[in-house]
Amino acid sequence: MEEFNALIQGFGVALSPFNLLLMFVGVVLGIIVGVLPGLGGANAVAILLPLTFSMAQRPGGTTSAIILLSCIYWGALFGGAITSILFNIPGEPWSVATTFDGHPLAQKGRAGSALTAAFTSSFFGALIAVIMITFLSPVVAKFALEFGPPEFFGVYLLTFCAFVGMSGEKAFKTIASMMIGFALAAVGLDSVTGTLRLTFGFTSLLKGFDFLIAVIGLFGIGEILETLEEGLAFKGASAKINMKVVLETWKELPRYWATSLRSAAVGCFMGIVPGGATPASFMSYGLAQRFSKDGKNFGSGVVEGVVAPETAAHAAGTSALLPMITLGVPGSPTAAVLLGGLLIWGLQPGPLLFVEQKDFVWGLIASMYLGNIAGLIVVLTCVPLFAAILRIPFSIIAPVIMVICAMGAYTVHNSMFDVYLMVVFGVIGYIFKKLDYPLAPLVLALVLGDRAEENFRNAIKGSQGDLGIFFSNGLVGGLTTLALVLLFSPVLVAGWRALRRR
Amino acid sequence: MENEEQRSAASVRTMEIAVAGIICLFGVLVAFDSYRLGAKWGDDGPQAGYFPFYVGLLICLSSGVTLVRALRNTALAAESFVERGQLKLIFTVLIPTVVYVGFIASLGFYVASTLFIAYFMKRLGKYSWLMAVAVSVGVSVAFFLTFEIWFAVPLPKGPLETALGFG
Repeated sequence: MEEFNALIQGFGVALSPFNLLLMFVGVVLGIIVGVLPGLGGANAVAILLPLTFSMAQRPGGTTSAIILLSCIYWGALFGGAITSILFNIPGEPWSVATTFDGHPLAQKGRAGSALTAAFTSSFFGALIAVIMITFLSPVVAKFALEFGPPEFFGVYLLTFCAFVGMSGEKAFKTIASMMIGFALAAVGLDSVTGTLRLTFGFTSLLKGFDFLIAVIGLFGIGEILETLEEGLAFKGASAKINMKVVLETWKELPRYWATSLRSAAVGCFMGIVPGGATPASFMSYGLAQRFSKDGKNFGSGVVEGVVAPETAAHAAGTSALLPMITLGVPGSPTAAVLLGGLLIWGLQPGPLLFVEQKDFVWGLIASMYLGNIAGLIVVLTCVPLFAAILRIPFSIIAPVIMVICAMGAYTVHNSMFDVYLMVVFGVIGYIFKKLDYPLAPLVLALVLGDRAEENFRNAIKGSQGDLGIFFSNGLVGGLTTLALVLLFSPVLVAGWRALRRR
Repeated sequence: MENEEQRSAASVRTMEIAVAGIICLFGVLVAFDSYRLGAKWGDDGPQAGYFPFYVGLLICLSSGVTLVRALRNTALAAESFVERGQLKLIFTVLIPTVVYVGFIASLGFYVASTLFIAYFMKRLGKYSWLMAVAVSVGVSVAFFLTFEIWFAVPLPKGPLETALGFG
């Protein structure tokens, strides 16, 4: 099969000593970052992105750079589970569901089991997702080569409507958040007409708002401020993993094959349709609770209760990369940052990537396999080390994190204004999180806003102002209809329920 | 007897109304400026303000709904957005951060960072002067070596670095 050959070639690219080193460094960094509050996966990738500029200029450098960044991503996915289980503090939003059964297990003295189960499930979820990516992405990419501006806009529309449709109660806050992202994306020089938009005479706003600054502020500073409410100390259970516990847990895991497969499926789906790892983990936990024989014991410390969310979260996080590389539509905030990185390095994510940059794409896919294996090894062997990081007193670690964030914000454009902006975003992030305004749509809109608008304008120009172009052929029509259905589905469902009650 | 620290500094309802209101104003601003740029159909396609105008409109509408909901939901007034004790904690971290960021330009990144970390350790961690200085200087030097020398990433420098010859 063609894909197999391409994959083997990809392994050839990925298995260079330099890239392997980067893989381990990335995974370790990612785990550390996943453990620390305020330095999440998206944030860490955002901060390290400018540092990869020089790497990306060298031939083959972009592949190394994306390997480093994506391994940080895997590491963060693994690391979030450590603090969830040991300290009941989710290191990442998608690890919240892991605390439900993970921490009780730790409190019962079975932290080693919980951790092993979490890591192995994560690995399994990621593996399923990567296999899916291997075989599905060339298909999607070939398909997407037929896409024109209307089709691309249709995909973006679907993405954003999916967010709103799935947000339930807080649909209006989601819309507001998303629109704020679009508005921020519009600030600055308009590429088509050359006019300045929304700058109100401030020269510092000429370049507009960079999504990296927003991410560092919202997800970094904002998260630290939120964590502060819990007080200034992290108290947690101790963790010891030895081979015996690992093997025992591994023997127990195959019992939950149904939950694992179901969770992986949920995760893959949620990663592609941009729901993201967080809703995936919750949904999977809820489903497992309903369908498992042991359901009523969920919450008291059941290994299956750890398997479900971790498999789903990791599968979703990984499969979020599928639409990113094939269509140029990121399925999660971290994927959005990675997408931004690709753009900055001069690559065009989307169907052409598979044609023009085969080495890069398949090197990346191959590294997904290797990175996850590396991650599993590192994490199983070094858990006590990582857990110890949280024992560093808050008064030392908090300012250090702030310093790293400030540095990250500065290095994007060598601009102090960005650092001030980061603090503002931090406060906004804190307030938004507390009031339940979702941040993911804001970041996605900020990253995709310009391209969505560009495609919209090009599509409309081509049709001389006729909005019907979005229904002109089966593909576009299908996408647009699906988008509208998802957007209005909560309304439709509520209406249907009300009707049935009569 | 209610602990003074646990008293609410602001209710959820107040914050919801305030935030929705501010967002709505932001939307008005966006729509206004877009309208000024031209939000209609131009000669060869939508004018520059077309897209942002509708974005601004949507911001107003959606936050308007949130605002109305919050106004009607009086039960939220009983929920606390943040307690006084928590708010104090937030400010003890936020204010020094703002000060720190304000000084990066004039003192240089590394000096400002050293002072920042040392302040935190002394004030919040109650460490001794020796420990605070040792750790903060150590961390800053480590960062300097990593970013300035290894990654070759230029960060703002102040009088100290110029005096030492690092332009």
